[in-house]
Amino acid sequence: MRLGAGTFAACCVAIEVLGIAVFLRGFFPAPVRSSAGTEHGAEPPAPEPSAGASSNWTTLPPPLFGKVVIVLIDALRDDFVFGSKGVKFMPYTTYLVEKGASHSFVAEAKPPTVTMPRIKALMTGSLPGFVDVLRNLNSPALLEDSVIRQAKAAGKRIIFYGDETWVKLFPKHFVEYDGTTSFFVSDYTEVDNNVTRHLDKVLKRGDWDMLILHYLGLDHIGHVSGPSSPLIGRKLSEMDSVLMKIHTSLLSKEREVALPSLLVLCGDHGMSETGSHGASSMEEVNTPLILISSAFERKPGDVRHPTRVQQTDVAATLAIALGLPIPKDSVGSLLFPVVEGKPMREQLRFLHLNTVQLSKLLQENVPSYEKDPGFEQFKMSERLHGNWIRLYLEEKQSEVLLNLGSKVLRQYLDALKTLSLSLSTQVAQYDMYSMMVGTVVVLEVLTLLLLSVPQALHRKAELEVPLSSPGFSLLFYLVILVLSAVHVIVCTSAESSCYFCGLSWLAAGGVMVLASALLCVIVSVLTNVLVGGKPRRKNPVHPSSRWSELDLLILLGTVGHVLSLGASSFVEEEHQTWYFLVNTLCLALSQETYRNYFLGDDSEPQCGLHVEQGLDGVATAWQGGPGCDVLERGKGHGSPPPSEVLHGSEKWMVLASPWLILACCRLLRSLNQTGVQWAHRPDLGHWLTSSDHKAELSVLAAVSLLVVFVLVQRGCSPVSKAALALGLLGVYCYRAAIGSVRFPWQQDSKDISKGITEARFVYVFVLGILFTGTKDLLKAQVVPADFRIKTVGLWEIHSGLVLLAALLFRPHNLPVLAFSLLIQTLMTKFIWRPLRHDAAEVTVMHYWFGQAFFYFQGNSNNIATVDISAGFVGLDTYVEIPAVFLTAFGTYAGPLLWASHLVHFLSSETHSSSALSHACFCYAMICSIPVSTYIVLVTSLRYHLFIWSVFSPKLLYEGMHLLITAAVCVFFTAMDQTRLTQS
Amino acid sequence: MKDTDIKRLLYTHLLCIFSIILSVFIPSLCLENFSLLETHLTWLCTCSGFVTAVNLVLYLVVKPNASSKRSSLSHKVTRFLKCCIYFLMSCFSFHVIFVLYGAPLIELALETFLFAVILSTFTTVPCLCLLGPNLKAWLRVFSRNGVTSIWENSLQITTISSFVGAWLGALPIPLDWERPWQVWPISCTLGATFGYVAGLVISPLWIYWNRKQLTYKNN
Repeated sequence: MRLGAGTFAACCVAIEVLGIAVFLRGFFPAPVRSSAGTEHGAEPPAPEPSAGASSNWTTLPPPLFGKVVIVLIDALRDDFVFGSKGVKFMPYTTYLVEKGASHSFVAEAKPPTVTMPRIKALMTGSLPGFVDVLRNLNSPALLEDSVIRQAKAAGKRIIFYGDETWVKLFPKHFVEYDGTTSFFVSDYTEVDNNVTRHLDKVLKRGDWDMLILHYLGLDHIGHVSGPSSPLIGRKLSEMDSVLMKIHTSLLSKEREVALPSLLVLCGDHGMSETGSHGASSMEEVNTPLILISSAFERKPGDVRHPTRVQQTDVAATLAIALGLPIPKDSVGSLLFPVVEGKPMREQLRFLHLNTVQLSKLLQENVPSYEKDPGFEQFKMSERLHGNWIRLYLEEKQSEVLLNLGSKVLRQYLDALKTLSLSLSTQVAQYDMYSMMVGTVVVLEVLTLLLLSVPQALHRKAELEVPLSSPGFSLLFYLVILVLSAVHVIVCTSAESSCYFCGLSWLAAGGVMVLASALLCVIVSVLTNVLVGGKPRRKNPVHPSSRWSELDLLILLGTVGHVLSLGASSFVEEEHQTWYFLVNTLCLALSQETYRNYFLGDDSEPQCGLHVEQGLDGVATAWQGGPGCDVLERGKGHGSPPPSEVLHGSEKWMVLASPWLILACCRLLRSLNQTGVQWAHRPDLGHWLTSSDHKAELSVLAAVSLLVVFVLVQRGCSPVSKAALALGLLGVYCYRAAIGSVRFPWQQDSKDISKGITEARFVYVFVLGILFTGTKDLLKAQVVPADFRIKTVGLWEIHSGLVLLAALLFRPHNLPVLAFSLLIQTLMTKFIWRPLRHDAAEVTVMHYWFGQAFFYFQGNSNNIATVDISAGFVGLDTYVEIPAVFLTAFGTYAGPLLWASHLVHFLSSETHSSSALSHACFCYAMICSIPVSTYIVLVTSLRYHLFIWSVFSPKLLYEGMHLLITAAVCVFFTAMDQTRLTQS
Repeated sequence: MKDTDIKRLLYTHLLCIFSIILSVFIPSLCLENFSLLETHLTWLCTCSGFVTAVNLVLYLVVKPNASSKRSSLSHKVTRFLKCCIYFLMSCFSFHVIFVLYGAPLIELALETFLFAVILSTFTTVPCLCLLGPNLKAWLRVFSRNGVTSIWENSLQITTISSFVGAWLGALPIPLDWERPWQVWPISCTLGATFGYVAGLVISPLWIYWNRKQLTYKNN
């Protein structure tokens, strides 16, 4: 079967997307979630089990405590309370821990140890995974069931003071709140005083059921000066006095009310030795958890070794304590010491409720839940419990009852522990089998792509896909047989749940057929290369002469970038890699222009431009390698000496343009500081977005839009020119309407709207321009040999995308768009056209610039930098599909605009018929090399300390990038196809 | 003929390397608290001074291109001044390139400039010594097949290896090892130095290895 290189590449990328999807599904297991939506309201609580005799206790048990006060201290590490620091600086707390009526634990927080997921874990009892971050992009509010939600539903009055995150997570849940922002890290007194100042009033009032305080000061001190700073001690003493104030006040109030009150002191995460947090070291994970209440027994003696529990246990305990249903998604188990003082029947009742909730969750998330040991234990203890109830109701032999009761109790506690564990491992375990399947598919595709390089980049850009060679069918069936055998063995012996095994036989079989077909194709291509490759090697045409410094740089840059993905710092600072490569590329280009124009002509060059020069000594080392044909010139015809073509000012422009581009890149680089290490540095973007500089921002946005118009309009038809002008005007109006820029005649804008009308006005023009472009392309299809129409059509599509990007970019990012167009124009006019680079080189350069612009926009490999506001432009409410599409486009605008420019450039500039297929093939290959290598790296680094904080977000970015690449490749192929049908 | 030339080349290069080593040790004898990393700027100055001095001395002693026929004093002075201007110009253009590569514009300007100076010392100074302020010759040397002697060949190799060393020296900066040598511009200056030394070592060996293939037009 013969295929065009472009079509082949597009198919490959599509298969690769499938492989990556399977891999991702295995790498990020779906979070454990109850299928019952939170909207359905309260289900009736599980009745007390009974064997034979009927128990009438079907309602929820009454609350154990009247008031609950939660004091959450951000970044409170366990040794700050239980260690020497606690003894020294927190005497009251230490007294309570050692001698008072309290229970103390070390609660283990699961990574990512940052505040928001930890608050979620504390209040919902579930383990927020990475997928949640994506799922909750739409709204900051917590959608899952939580203690707060249950308390609100039960009519409890909740008061909150502290970190604003809570207010965002639980909007309208608090009857009274005061949020403090954690934005100014250097402030550590004011931020806590803002919480404490409400205390006296609130404690006196007593018209509330739940009081939550979240102190940020300690975390801020940690970030600024680390855990050994003297400020920590002072802050701990402050917290101790706060705790004492609350405790004494609660004790004095308690005499008036029937129920005792509960005081909870906890931390959301710890603090590493450098004062930061986010990863999974012991210091970051261990937090103290102290429950204080007069209902608890006073324990004699000192407790230096508190029990280790999970942070998720807090939610279940709080729910029981307040007499609420346990949150549905909670994987935690009740902290038993809390209910220890209650009568046996109530203790059993609480434990039963918790196990029922956990086993329900297990049933919904694990297909083979019946085999789970925890579930078996649960069934057994439920039966025993029923017996116990029968006995209890019939007769009241206290001795027997007590013995049996404590047996049931132990049984329940065991069941709880096992259930909770198997549910948490459900979240934490890698599904290796699915990951392997995905990796195998992706690697096969990559090998195929690499093997077909010589054929695909040949002048004809066609390749033979050997689907029906004689050895093929036998090998194919053999491989399928082996794979199915492996599948059956793995799936029957698997202990944990496995996504790929859970697939239907048809889907799994399809993937296996695909994998074995790919393997067979690879084998036959390989034999073809080995057998047919020898005669060609006999006439090497000095391959080293074809390798310019630029090609070498491209090769080394790609390899270097791929290798750098194995280091977490390089992943965090990937933008630096791309800026560095693009800069070097510009220097190499300037060297090339100088060599072309100055050899034998002694005008005044600048010194220090010889960076990459003369590397041919190294290039010779590469001769004879398998990739000799990689960068074979597609055009072939000899080029006239360029100095004859261009004269005067144009020549100077050619010489200056790399430097201009370098200067542009330097400006853009200081626009948005991204990454981790230097992210705190002041940048132009922050300066512009601060409200004092609105006038400057307005001018800058207007100028950028003007530049965009001037640069884009030259290739458009008159109709789309007008549409573009109106659209760009609409963009400015939109930004003015939402209040980020202002018109000169507008003095103080008070009427800030959502700008729905303006944005939709722009959307109309975007669609209009895209429609005109498509129409032109179709026309070019019908009218043969009209080359210009097609170029105009492609340019119109490009300009439609530019307009959309202009709408979605924040105003301070509009210069990025303007500069990207400027650089594209400069490169086209003064570098690619005069220097006659071939399609492959041009493609790689476009790809590099696209990547650099991805980071110039302010993106990074951290999920937090995705600009979600792009998904709300012109939409009244959150609508999933357009919002996801717009956010993805806004985020990947840089690479997409460079890709669409590439299509236009290649189809307008080169007249070789295979340029587009070459470009498509190169684009597919250069994108899939990093992805494929990265998944292998991530698999081998899956127990790395930074896997959740650094590598996983990058993996999601890579997956998304591959999806975008697939779309681009399909577009390429479509354009290529129209060309083929034309000729 | 050729072998003696290569030997001379090797000795001069060894002297250059020796000067770099001296630049590390001599200041530590004279100055207190001198260390390569902590008082990096002092080392940069001494190193560039030593290397320049050695290059000048070698140029005067060895005279690899005995082509200066017109040797009037005024001509020599203008030549020297021109060289100085070229050197300064190269320093400034390196500085500009570093800023374009992302070096901070205002803070650490002195550090960046001294890095530019030392890179100029490794690249521009030998060029000026060997070729003089003659840009045409520079272009010839740094284009393909343009070298006319082993001196120029070694110049090409050392210059390129210094550049590559400086380029590679920038790579460890983003790593989070928090080592003192990762601070800008220490890793780059060290990279440039190592690149220069490597070039000095490699070039005589490379020329010796390829002495059969190397044919120069003018020799």
